[in-house]
This record gives sequence, structure tokens and C-alpha cells, in this order.
Amino acid sequence: MLRISANKLDSLFEAVAAKQTLYIPADRNDGEAEYKKYETGMKLTSRLNTLRSAKDFFFPQTEDIVEFKMDGKKIEINDIRQECEDFVIFGVRACDARSFTILDKVYLSEPVDSFYKNRRDHGTVVTLACDRPAETCFCQTFGIDPTAPEGDCACWSDGSYYYFKANTAKGQTFLDSISDLLEDGDDTAELDKVIAKTKAVMSKLPLAGLSTENFGGDKLDEYFSSDKWTELSESCLGCGTCTFVCPTCQCYDIKDFNTGNGIKRYRCWDSCMYSDFTKMAHGNPRLTQLERFRQRFMHKLVYFPANNNGEFGCVGCGRCLSKCPISMNIVKVMKALEEK
Amino acid sequence: MQKAMIEKAKQLLADGTVNRVIGWKRGEFAYDITPALFENAEELEKDFVFDDFTAANVSKYLVKESRKEGKVLAFLKPCDTYSLNQLTKEHRVDRENIYVIGIPGGPKLDIEKIKAKGITGVLSVKNEDFTLKIETLYGEETMPYYEAVLDKCASCKSKMHVTYDELMGEEGEVLESSRFDMVEKLENMSSQERYDFWRSELSKCIRCNACRNVCPACTCENCVFDNPKSGIDNKAPADSFEENLFHIIRAFHVAGRCTDCGECSRVCPQHIPLHLLNRKFIKDINALYGEYQAGADTTSRAPLNDYTTDDCEASVVHERGVE
Amino acid sequence: MNSNDTLIPYIGVVTDIRIDTPDVKTFRVESPEGGKLFEHMPGQCAMLSIPGVGEAMFSITSSPTNKEFMEFSIKKCGCLTNWLHAMDVGQMITVRGPYGNAFPVETELKGKDLLFIAGGIGLAPLRSVINYVRDKRENYGDIQVIYGSRSKDDLVDYKEILDEWMTDDGVHVNLTIDNAQEGWDGHVGFVPNYVKELNPSTSKTVLVCGPPIMIKFTLAGLKELGFTETQVYTTMELRMKCGVGKCGRCNIGNKYVCKDGPVFRFDQLDELPDEY
Repeated sequence: MLRISANKLDSLFEAVAAKQTLYIPADRNDGEAEYKKYETGMKLTSRLNTLRSAKDFFFPQTEDIVEFKMDGKKIEINDIRQECEDFVIFGVRACDARSFTILDKVYLSEPVDSFYKNRRDHGTVVTLACDRPAETCFCQTFGIDPTAPEGDCACWSDGSYYYFKANTAKGQTFLDSISDLLEDGDDTAELDKVIAKTKAVMSKLPLAGLSTENFGGDKLDEYFSSDKWTELSESCLGCGTCTFVCPTCQCYDIKDFNTGNGIKRYRCWDSCMYSDFTKMAHGNPRLTQLERFRQRFMHKLVYFPANNNGEFGCVGCGRCLSKCPISMNIVKVMKALEEK
Repeated sequence: MQKAMIEKAKQLLADGTVNRVIGWKRGEFAYDITPALFENAEELEKDFVFDDFTAANVSKYLVKESRKEGKVLAFLKPCDTYSLNQLTKEHRVDRENIYVIGIPGGPKLDIEKIKAKGITGVLSVKNEDFTLKIETLYGEETMPYYEAVLDKCASCKSKMHVTYDELMGEEGEVLESSRFDMVEKLENMSSQERYDFWRSELSKCIRCNACRNVCPACTCENCVFDNPKSGIDNKAPADSFEENLFHIIRAFHVAGRCTDCGECSRVCPQHIPLHLLNRKFIKDINALYGEYQAGADTTSRAPLNDYTTDDCEASVVHERGVE
Repeated sequence: MNSNDTLIPYIGVVTDIRIDTPDVKTFRVESPEGGKLFEHMPGQCAMLSIPGVGEAMFSITSSPTNKEFMEFSIKKCGCLTNWLHAMDVGQMITVRGPYGNAFPVETELKGKDLLFIAGGIGLAPLRSVINYVRDKRENYGDIQVIYGSRSKDDLVDYKEILDEWMTDDGVHVNLTIDNAQEGWDGHVGFVPNYVKELNPSTSKTVLVCGPPIMIKFTLAGLKELGFTETQVYTTMELRMKCGVGKCGRCNIGNKYVCKDGPVFRFDQLDELPDEY
């Protein structure tokens, strides 16, 4: 392990930002945190997590695919993609780091989504272990340890020092690039105490007992026809907030926009909760909010694990717990479905 | 109050006046309340809650619920009753099918304000003499009650129920509120400052549509923003100009019908103060067409849907124009 | 321009438009330099679009054994299809594909006696298989086609059926229309009933395509005759956007219709949730 004294963190950010674009989670003036491009003087937020998840870096809300020029009967294609520049994201929590693995399973499977891959190849993820989990956290349910985050390089804080350990070759390259700032960090006695304390809190979290043992690919028929969906979906507004703050939601739409100068084809986040998601020329298989609500949770808890060796489509970040306008979320769904 | 409401609901279910109740359901934590339908006494006993966090305006659900078989009981706070009146006026609900019980209003608390103070791991929140005692995973915290009050409650315009079949608790009055203060502050800014303010707020928008879906004035079955033929169904901002358009167009669509219930800002995940746009419209309508409160009654015509000979002239646009 | 990503399309040019029925036209698409844009297997589909108007998935109705061009039979029923129907020869369109799985012509269907049942525009995807099988005759058993439509004018590929399929040995075609019509002296009646009347041998492997209600009754009829679900194939249709199983639109159960389908065997469809 290598480490840097906490009061020298700024110089670490400066050194990294001098070589490539650096993003850190910073405070916003309304009390929330969001990833911002580092500028001198910017401080790491003290909030547990950002409002928007880190998936934005690899799967942005809007992304231009291609441009067309129309001229009478002719169409001309313009590939407007640009090579992404290298960037580092610092301070990603364990839940968001796991979401990248989940998105990789979708976007890096054949045929590979080159837009996503381009960003993924250029990004270095430096994760930061949690030491103050919130009541809305339940990453443990999905086998994620907030004190041992994944990512290219993991980082821990014990108040006096920040400790680093590379997990991948990219992470090692990152550490090498700032090696002159880091010192030996093998004495982790203080850090171990912090981790132990965090683990103690983790075991006392209100949602610590939630488990995935009753969910998985084999539960399709049982849960699909459960009578709980009516009451679970009755107050759902169908707004899409959950989908957009969720680090693992991956549905998108492809739209054409007339720029006045041609047609720009772009893709943007979409939500299976929207009423026109499955609308076709001759009907809509999901006519009411119940079917759409059910689809989202069946996908996360049953269909995704069925297609991905039991990996669930949720990382327990808790954002849907705090952001849903009517406080419906995956925890309430899981508990209701499990209840016989 | 919660107990009294449960008892009243049980009684109305038992004597057949209503066959279901719209209220609020307890969640996992102190503050995650979900609007829910209760159909029998057991469900009410188990989950019905009415406390400092039941801020949700349930009148929008009545659009669908009042069209079903049998009467539905709705507990409405004063601000919610204005929304119901407006819906009644627009024939979006079947008022005959709703039994309204007027209940005391706020102020209600905003968990986001508690969290913005750095208080994390919230397990429970108790109001003791206007100091909030908050139990968290990391020990007990306190903060002044008034600092955690929802923005919409801090500028409450009325504690009077404008429609009800029965009242629980005392009747209140229309209040002198400070709700146009921030609007005036914005009006007094230079246009560059105002532009910068709105650009910085609206650029946070993630187009989740929560504001639209929770708004009781937005009840179109086929919204213009979902209609591919409208040209503005872009789902996500295709360019930055568009980011502002969604909110401004929506504010225009509800102008004169918006009752200022404040739900739009409460539900916005990015804390964009949308209600300021709507309040600006209300202030302007008051100035141009005379004082008007949408939802105060069910018969008057909204100023933008009505023509009278003393309506302001079109030249007012020129007079009030940009610098 | 060749694409470096499956979401970036090829440009194709429409070199021929054939009017099949009052609401179906068959479009021949080639590369602007001539020849086919890409190879495919029978049952696969492609995303066609007019930028600014829309993009949708259509099954490729021509057989892969046609070396010169690709054909799409498209029914006029929405924004994009209305535009396509109004266009002229020489119009360029964007094409991307091939997407989806194909009918198992080189595996399960080889050596079998085949029964094709189609209704209306449902003949379009099956035509790709029928022509493939006709071109590789020695690999397959006997071919029977039962095809019906609302009226004589709604029979798609009618000329090809009369001139080529009916004159082919080993290909037996049974046509029907819903209601009696002047100038038609063939069978009158709905396809599912006609199938039961014809009482085909249960040794055949069946490929069905058509309006959902026709498929439902045809399957019921086939079961009555003794066919099992493992010997009946069909194609499914859902709203699609990416075409490669990523955007989530056509997700049903743990399948993506654009990637794991559109061809499914009926026992596989049973495992999917009852949403469609």
C-alpha cells in the first residue's frame, strides 16, 4: 500500500489534473454533491455519494451517434465520433464501481458498443472506501463490501492519510504517475480501526438483513404473477427519476434531431417506466403502469441475473430510496414479493 | 391526529360511505412516505401514517380513483384542497365520488434539509418544542425545527380548506405569505444575472419528468412532450437551449391553473426551484388580470381562459419588455 | 460507408418498388455501388430508416441465395412506413443489420418436411425461408405452403406464388381468402380453419407467421391435429430501437426479441412471461 497525508490531497489532485482530466465529487450550493471537473481549490465532498451516479462518464445522458445530410434523394453519413481523452474519476464509491461491471456485461458483450468502450478504455476509476454508510445503503445485500471497493485503484481514508492500492494495470499506471507524492503505507493500524468501526455500523444498518436469496432467474413465474404488483405500483407516477439516478439502469432511446443543418441521430436515456416505451404501430403490450413497474423490477431481480450468472441488476446505492417522489423503491418491492 | 384519522376512516369504511381510502403509508425509515390506497381496517391500522413527513399531495391520484366504482375517502391538507377544486373545475375528477376530509396542514419537514446539514444515517426524527431530535447511526443530532421545514410550507399561503365534506381539526385562514419575495428578488436582478441564475438551475435538470407527473394541473392523457409530432418530445436535452424550454413551456401550460401547491419543487431530485417560475406567472397574472387564486372555488373562470373587456392590452408586452 | 459500430448504418438505395397489395409494397435495396449491402440468413431482419422520420425493424423477405439484392415487403401502418410508401425509386435510405437469429435452416429444419403457414403480411419473413429451401432443394423434404389473406388483392407476392412456387415440383401451395370474391375460385375461409381442413401430417415441422390472433388460433388447431410445440416455429414482433439487445425496449422475460429472436419455437415462448 502507498499513502499520502490527508492535508496533501490537494497536491495529488493538482498533479493528476496536470496530466489528464480529473473529476472529483464536490459539493454543490444546494447541499448535494456531483462530479465536477477538478479546478484548483476544489475540495472533495463530505457527502457520502453524489446525486447522479458515475455511469454518466461511460454512458452519458445524451450521446451523438451519427449525422446525416439529406439532399433530395441522397443521404450522406458523417461519423462524428471523436476519440475520447484520458480521464480519471476519483472518489467513486463501491456501489457505483460495481455498477460499471454490470454495465460492461451489457455494453461490452457482442456486438460491442464502441461508444461505451471508447470511454471505458480512456477512463481510470479510483474508488474511495466508505466510512459513514447511510441508512439507505444496502450494498452488502449484493455482495459489495464498501470497505473494499473495486475499480482500477482503490483508496481508503483514516482521517490522517489516504491509502492507495492498485487493482489493475491501469490503476498501477495511475499510481506510478504520482509515485513521487506517495510514501510507504504498509502500517495500516489506524486504518484497520476505521474499517472495523465501519463494519460495525454496516452490521447495524436498518437494511443489513435484506438478502437476495429469494430472488434470481428461477423466480420468473412466481413473481411475475404475484398479486403484490397492484399495491406496489398504484402510486407510481411513471416519472423515470429512479431510472435516471440508478447506476445500473441502461435502457436508451435513439432519436433524430433536425439541427437545421442536417439530421443528428443521438441516443439518450430512456425509462421502461414511461408510457410509450413499448408502444408500437399496433398497440402496446404494457398498457398500464403496473406492467411497466413490474418490468423494471423483474428485470433487475430476475431477468438480469438469469442472463448474467446470478448477478443482480442493483448495487444497493440507495439513490432510489431518497429520490423517488413517492418513496417507492427496490427494497419495498423485494420485501413485498418475499412476503408470502 | 393520526389515530383519529384512522378511526374516522375505519368508521366510514364500515358504514359503507366509502369503499377505499387514499392516504399515506409508512415506509422503511422515518421519512419515506408513499401515497397508498387502503381498503380495510387492518391495512389502516398497520400502515396508515400522518406525521411531519406526509407532505405528498394526493389529489392527483383522484383523477383515476374517482372514476372507479364506489366512493373514495381522501384526506386533504389545505393546499391539497385547492388542487382538488381546480381538478373539479376542469372536470378531471368526479367530485361526487370523493369524500373529502379536511385535515390540518403543515408545516411539513424536508429530509433533504436535514441531510444538507451533514446529518447522515437518519433513523428517526422527533419534534420536541421546536427542536428536532434526530436519532442517527452515529449518535443523536439536533437542529432547529424551522430550518428543516419544506420550502413550500415556509411560504404557506392558506390554512383554509376550500372544499371538504367534513373537517377534522380547526379551520384556518388565508394567510399573508411571503411567497412572492424570491420572485421579486429575481425580477430586480439584471437580465444577465437572471439568465445566469436560471441557466445554472435548469442545467441540472435530468428530464425525469417527476415535476410534470406529480403536478395536479398536468393531467393531459397524451402530453405534448410525449408526442412525436410536436417536435419537442426529445426526452433528453438535445441541446442546451432545450433544457430551459421544457420548464418554461410547462409553466405556460399550467399558467392560471397552477394552485401553487409546491409539489413540483418538492419532488425534483435536483432541487431546482421550479415553483419560482410558476409563482412569477401567478404574480404577473395578478397584476395583469386582477388577483386570482386558482382552486379557491370551482366556478370562476381562469383568467387565461376568459375574456373580459378590461383585460390588459397586448401593448403591455412591449411596455414590460426586455432592457 | 461501412460502419465501425452497429448503430451506424450503411446507406442503401431503393432500385425497385413493386406494388403488392393496396397497403404492401416490396422494396428492392442495393448498395449505391451495386450489389447487396450485407449477407444474412433467412428470418433475420434489418433496421431501415429515413433520418428525421424514424427507424424500424423489418424482416428481410428475399432469400440469402439471391446474390444481387435484398428485398423488404413493408405494410403501410405508421409514420415511417407511410413515408416509405410515398418514396420513388432512387431514394437513399439507411440500413443496418443483419439482426436477430434466423430460422434453423442449416440445423433443425434440415431433412424435414416443412409446412409454412402465413397470413397477410406474415408471408414476408417466411418467403425468405421458402426461397432458400427451394434453392437448396436437396437438403429438405416436401414443402407445403398454406397462405391466406383478407382478399385476393391482399395476397402478397401473388405473382411469384403463381409463377414460381406453384410450378415447382415438391412445393404444394394452398391459398385461401377470408370471404368469397368475384374472380376467385379457390378456397374461401380463415387460415386456421383451412389448416384443420387440410389435416397436414404431424411429421411436418411448421413455420407460422401472421397477425397474433391468426397465430393463436392456428397453434390451437395444430395442437388439436396432434402437433407438439417443439415442432412449431414463429417470429415475434416488438418495438425495437438498437436491434442488438442493449437498449431494453424489446426485453421480455430474459430474452431480447431483437437478439434472441425474432424466431422462437413455441415451447420457448411458453417460458416467457405472459405480456404479449
